[in-house]
Amino acid sequence: MIIKQISVFLENKPGTLAEVLSVLDRHNINLRAMSVADTADFGILRLVVNEPDIVEQALKGASLAVKTTPVLAMKVSDKPGGLLAEVKKLTAAGINIEYVYAFAAPAADEARVVLKVDDLDAAEKILNDKADGGEGPNFYW
Amino acid sequence: MFWNKPIETMNRAELSAVQSTRLRDTIDRVYRQVPFFRSRMQAAGLLPEDIASLEDLARLPFTTKQDMRDNYPYGLFAVPLAEIVRIHASSGTTGKPTVVGYTKRDIGIWSEVMARTLTAAGANRQSFIQVAYGYGLFTGGLGVHYGAELVGASVIPVSSGNTARQIMLMKDFGTTLLACTPSYALYIAETLAEMGLEPKDLSLRAGVFGAEPWSERMRKEIEARLSIKAIDIYGLSEIIGPGVASECGCQDGLHINEDHFYPEIINPQTGQTLPDGEKGELVLTTITKEGMPMIRYRTRDLTVLTHKQCDCGRTLVRMGKVLGRSDDMLIIRGVNVFPSQVETVLLGLGETSPHYQLIVDREDNLDKLTVLVEVTEAMFSDEVRRLETLEHKIEAALGSVLGVTAQVRLVGPKSIERSEGKAKRVIDNRKL
Repeated sequence: MIIKQISVFLENKPGTLAEVLSVLDRHNINLRAMSVADTADFGILRLVVNEPDIVEQALKGASLAVKTTPVLAMKVSDKPGGLLAEVKKLTAAGINIEYVYAFAAPAADEARVVLKVDDLDAAEKILNDKADGGEGPNFYW
Repeated sequence: MFWNKPIETMNRAELSAVQSTRLRDTIDRVYRQVPFFRSRMQAAGLLPEDIASLEDLARLPFTTKQDMRDNYPYGLFAVPLAEIVRIHASSGTTGKPTVVGYTKRDIGIWSEVMARTLTAAGANRQSFIQVAYGYGLFTGGLGVHYGAELVGASVIPVSSGNTARQIMLMKDFGTTLLACTPSYALYIAETLAEMGLEPKDLSLRAGVFGAEPWSERMRKEIEARLSIKAIDIYGLSEIIGPGVASECGCQDGLHINEDHFYPEIINPQTGQTLPDGEKGELVLTTITKEGMPMIRYRTRDLTVLTHKQCDCGRTLVRMGKVLGRSDDMLIIRGVNVFPSQVETVLLGLGETSPHYQLIVDREDNLDKLTVLVEVTEAMFSDEVRRLETLEHKIEAALGSVLGVTAQVRLVGPKSIERSEGKAKRVIDNRKL
């Protein structure tokens, strides 16, 4: 399913990650998934949270550069080759994966990953992984 | 609109005659009253009668900021101290401040030239003028204030700082004209947006901005974000404060109030006077001031003069927008770099913010220029590749304009210190 990911610009200096996390803490927000892409000078913190709209506003209010991007959240079976099977489907369709990272939440037999791909709708269709009826945006937790 | 049409549109022959008379009076006065100027003239073998016309002015030596420091605090005053009704000083970034004194008549002249400035920007008795320049020793606040009162406008003397309150007052009091530094105007525009307000929530129609050099790009940005006409004004405390020159509605050069301040452009290296249209350092001589007349004061501001008549009808000579200062010019690996060039590049790219800072270091005897650029909402991306591409794009644009390699470092929004006065654009860490 397609979910909203929040990206935050982080300067490469002490305290910047703590700054973002304390904003989330103040708003009682729990992280569902995160990754950091870094370069010599800056990093991009990518987050998945329960209430992305609220979080986006809170972070903007703290003078941070924030962007919301649609990404794909996907269930894979938590066993060797589980992710590979899904990724193969995308590769076969010529869909390019920009980045991928995993959810923090543990589950009995499923892992969950976040994918940024160049053709979001096509990827979603291929994976046949639409949000199941009635469960809404909180499906993954 | 004119405040003093007969003077502002006077023909050249008449104006030159006025200037000549006033210049001779001034030279006569400083020779008699100011030991510093007398000894300078004597050293050059000049008597007051040798300066008979405007052309003779070039024979006189220059006065510099250092001369003011050497005569700190009252050495250059040309009247008994009892005649001085106001003292201002410009901040001493290096050593003692430079002190200026005004007689009652000087304050009158100052109010007059500021009334011309504000009228040219569209002010009248119905205007509400918010003065967000600092009040105090700095001439900005009180200079605009007195001019605005002379016009008969309603003056809102907020002084600088407390931006949210500035905006509240602007909204509630119906401010029509804002006076502050251009970098503060931009900061106000930013804060306005943050507060969820739009220009249409205000009654603001124009702004008079000065006290630091700014580019045409920055003007467009301020005009767009505040939905106003942004007028460039020029002045310096050594001469009088704001009111030396200001733009008219044509926004095509600043009319110098040359019936009070006589301008020349010189080659900053040789001191040679340059003709119309040639870029050089502005040199000003006050020809009516009593308290502290200035003879051929080197402003360090680089600009050009044109005597071509302006569409507004004013005949007063125009100076171009100040292109930088001959002393804030950075020399990086032998190349002259002006911070305003960086600003032009950043604003020209469209997606970048005009908040920047130049950091100059020397590593292994090689100058290194780093430009900090704030990340804006518009340019930020969740992909590293895009941000790196943007960094390289800015670097390439800077390199081609500056003629020197600059490394760009993206920094977080609002992480570059905002100034409520002059923006600190350069940090030079070189020990030269």
